[in-house]
This record gives sequence, structure tokens and C-alpha cells, in this order.
Amino acid sequence: MHRRTRETLIKTGFQATAITSLAVLTLIMVFLFMEGLPTFSFVSVKSFLFGLDWYPTDAERPDYGVLPLITASAAVTAVSSVLAIPLGVMSAVYLSEIASPRVRAVAKPVIEMLASLPSVVIGFFGMVVMAPFLQDFLDIPVGLNLFNAALMLAFMSVPTIASVSEDAIYAVPRELKEASLALGATRLETICRVTIPAALSGIGTAVILGMSRAIGETMVVLMVAGGAAVIPDSIFGPVRPMPASIAAEMAEAPFRSNHYYALFAIAMVLFLVTLGFNILADYISHKHRQAGTATL
Amino acid sequence: MSAQTSAVAADPAKVPALSLRRSCGRDARRKANEWIAFMLLRGAVLIVAAALAVIVGFLIKNGLSAISWSFLVEAPRNNMTEGGVWPCIVGTLLLSLGAMAVALPLGVASAIYLHEYARPGTFMRIVRLGVNNLAGVPSVVFGLFGLALFVTAMKLGVSLAAGWLTLGVLCLPVVIGTAEEALRNVPATYREASLALGGTKWQTIWRVVLPSALPGILTGSILGVGRAAGETAAIMFTAAVFYTPKMPTSIFSDVMALPYHIYVLATAGTEIEKTRPIQYGTALVLIALVLGMNLAAILLRAWLQKRQKG
Repeated sequence: MHRRTRETLIKTGFQATAITSLAVLTLIMVFLFMEGLPTFSFVSVKSFLFGLDWYPTDAERPDYGVLPLITASAAVTAVSSVLAIPLGVMSAVYLSEIASPRVRAVAKPVIEMLASLPSVVIGFFGMVVMAPFLQDFLDIPVGLNLFNAALMLAFMSVPTIASVSEDAIYAVPRELKEASLALGATRLETICRVTIPAALSGIGTAVILGMSRAIGETMVVLMVAGGAAVIPDSIFGPVRPMPASIAAEMAEAPFRSNHYYALFAIAMVLFLVTLGFNILADYISHKHRQAGTATL
Repeated sequence: MSAQTSAVAADPAKVPALSLRRSCGRDARRKANEWIAFMLLRGAVLIVAAALAVIVGFLIKNGLSAISWSFLVEAPRNNMTEGGVWPCIVGTLLLSLGAMAVALPLGVASAIYLHEYARPGTFMRIVRLGVNNLAGVPSVVFGLFGLALFVTAMKLGVSLAAGWLTLGVLCLPVVIGTAEEALRNVPATYREASLALGGTKWQTIWRVVLPSALPGILTGSILGVGRAAGETAAIMFTAAVFYTPKMPTSIFSDVMALPYHIYVLATAGTEIEKTRPIQYGTALVLIALVLGMNLAAILLRAWLQKRQKG
């Protein structure tokens, strides 16, 4: 009896600890809302989300419109996805289906190392190496711009996309591929028509997670995107995505001033967007379970 | 293309000698297509590898000349335009190790629950959703959360303690993920043997499962330390400062940190061009630290896998 009570207590202890993550997530939400919601006492939700001007420090008539920041985040994420999705998925296909074990043993750690590079280092590289290079090479006025930031972000989301897709491709049942090969399809035809369709939900999850990482990434866009809070007119224009605005301005915003609240409100938007992306990824991977023999 | 070929092949009436040659040509084309596609795929991996090589290469090429013994062990001088990065190295090590001290017990316990105790069901699904979504929270949001909760509400101020807690919860999903993987790699027969000998669930976990999962958990925690060491946005409002002449004396001291130092020198310093060598040097020290830890974790994992197979 004594022994059983102890076991139950231990189990309950672990159960309680396991809730930590969820509790932290809830706390994050609570604190963001607590510090962010007062924003809407001095600016309406509509003019906050759709306002075109972000001049929070203007002494006479401050403006709190974050549309340029949201557009910037969306644009940077979109451009970086265009670069990162093909690279990531192709790398995953190569690693899981084509590479010999020896190549795999080298290439996989390389991708993991790229994932582990601190974002500030990638941002620094974009600033001191890529920006002058782009400026000279493409003959554009500023090297710190949307494209440069998207390029750097792409290198940060490729590892995420590659490793999650690889798991998905790896999990495709062998019988499916063997059946296709036995019917006379080449390896490429098997990959394109059997393996990838079967792993599509996993690849979709990978893409969403990669994009979510790009939206939330801070240091790269802070250092490389150029910092102008305007809606970009070209892909080589300077922009100021949401995380960059928060990181750059928080240090200067007086404690619990309107500016401070507005920055928390931006973080709220950012949090909800990434939360949405992650729930979507979770939904896809549960709803469309990895294709087994039954679904094809 | 394959549909046509297989249709031809499947219908024996349509495979006289004449079309055999045609299908040979088609096969050659299929082979050529495959070759081209595989080259493209290989190219994608090469681009990724090249990106890593170029970034690390540039930093080594430009940073190596800045690195010297005195750069590593001296404090910054003269408005941070001269001197070394010793306080930043200490700060980064303290921050990342402390963060792991927070994340490791919580993360391993969560993983034990998820892998050893939990049965599939709504509760487990919710816990997992929490972990997955925590992993997706942007680091700047963690920074603001730390500012609102640890720095302001708990009155810790901009301090090591606030940084530890912020980075600790940031690393939690990484630790949970790797610890779960380590638990998964413990053969079920170990558990069954222990239970068959009359061990309770907890005795089995404590004496059998955890010892054999320990190296895997260790690998994960090294990765977590690496992650915490490179993190910038989460510490810029909670623990790190521009410049402080004092070394940390208590858990309520603010500190300098390598990533924040790079950011400050590269963007806000008074003499950005003049301090370029210091920036490169600091970046090199940081990636040496982070990549060194990752390499150690990767080698440890490879060694473990080999041992398990052998």
C-alpha cells in the first residue's frame, strides 16, 4: 500500500511538471495581453492593424499604425520561403532517398550546424558581407533590404524544413517504393509520384514550421532588413518587420508609456500569428496522418 | 512519360520488335532525366553546405587576426573600441549554463512523463500541443515575456536570474525533444526485465531507464546550452547590457554577453568601422563556442549509435 501511494505521488509529480510548457505558454499569452491590450485605449484596433504610419515617438501626434510592419514581415517571409522551400525539400529528398550512407553522415551534421549558427552571427554576416556585395553586384542604393534579409532568413529556415521533411520522407513505407520500382518506374519517377505524394502532409508541416521560424526571427531582420517602417515598393527596398521594431524600440520606450504598450501589442500580433502557424502545422500532421498503404 | 511507357510494356500485343527500339530511346531519356534531377538535388545540398562554409569561412578569415590571448582574457577598454571580450565570454557561459540548470530538470521530467507514463489521449495531446507551440514562440516574444514577468513583476531586474529563467523556458522544448528521443532509444526489454523482477515503475525508470538514456540526455543538454549561448533577442531586455565595468557578483548582476556585444558593436557603436575587427573576433569566438558544442554533441551521438549497434 505504502509503495503504491509513493508510485502515485511520483506519477503525479511528473504529470505536474509536464504541464510546465503549457503553463509557460499560457503565462506568455497572459503577460503579452496584460501589457499589450492597454494599447487599444488610445488607438482603435482598426487603425492599429491597418494604419499606414508608424511614428510612435512623435511628440505631438504619435501614430501607431503597424500595417507597414505586418506587410514587411509577410514580404520577408514570402521571399525567404520562395528560396528556402525548394532548397529544404530538395535537400531532404536527396538525403533520404539518394545519398549514400557516407554522404549522409557528412551532409546531415552540416545542415544541423547551419541550424545552430546563432542568428546574430547570420545577421552580422548579412550586414558586413552580403549587403556591400549586393549593393555592388546589383547596383542598388542600399544593401540592407528586404531581399538580403529574406536570403539570410532562408538559410535559417532551410535546416528546419529539411530535417522535418526528411523525417516525413523517411517514414514512407518501403513497400510503396518497392511496388513502384517493381512496376518499372525509375527512382526519380518513384520519388516524384509515390514518395513525395505519400509524405506530402509531413512536408507541408515542415514548410509551415520553417515559415513560422522566419516570421519570428528577430536578429536577422533587425540587422539586415534596413529598418524603414514603410510598405516596400520593391524587393530591394528597406523594410522593418515586426520583430525588428520590437527589438529596436523596446530599449528606448519609457516603461508603461503608450509606445511600450504598442510594442507589446505588436508582440501580441506576432505571437498569435506564429501560434496560428504552429497549430496549423500540428493540425495538418494529425489530420492527414502520414500516408500508409491505406491512403494511396 | 512513365504512364506511356508502362502502358506499352503492359500490353504485349503492342510490343513488337519495331517499338522496342523506341522504348529503348525512351528509357535513355528517362535515365537522362533522372540524372539531371539527381544533379539538381545534389546541387541543393551543396548550396546549403556552401552557405555554411562561406559564413564560417568569412568569419574565420576576418576574425582570426583579432583573436589573441589578450583579446580573450581582457575587458573592453576605451568605449569598447579596444581590449577584449572576457566579460562577454563569462556572461555567455554563465547565462547558458544557468539556463540549462533551469531547463534540464523540467525538460527531463516532462519527457519522462510523456514517454513513460502518459497514455495517448486528450491530456497528452494538450501537453504535446503546449510543447510544440512553445518551440514556435519567437525569441523576441520570450524577451518581452521575460521583461514583463521576471524583470518587472517578479522584480528581478535586468539580471542573470531573469536571463536564466527566460532562456530556461526558451530551451525547454529542445530539452524535452532530445530527452524523449533518448528515452525512446532505451529498448523496451530493459523495462520489461526490471518490471519482471518486481521493480516498480519508478524503480525501473530511476535504476534502469534513466542510466541508459543518460548519454542521450547529455547530448540534448549540450545542444540546449549551444542554443542558449547564441540567443540574443531573449536576453537583450532581461539580462544583457551594453557595457558594464563590473564582473557579475551575484545572481542579480547584469552581464555582458557575446551575441549582444556583436549586435551592439555592429549597429550602435560610436565607431562601427573602427571596431570591425573586434566584431569579427567576437563573432568568431561565439561560433567557435556554439559550433564546438554542437560538434561535441554530434560526435557523442554518433559514438552512441555505434555502441548501440555493436
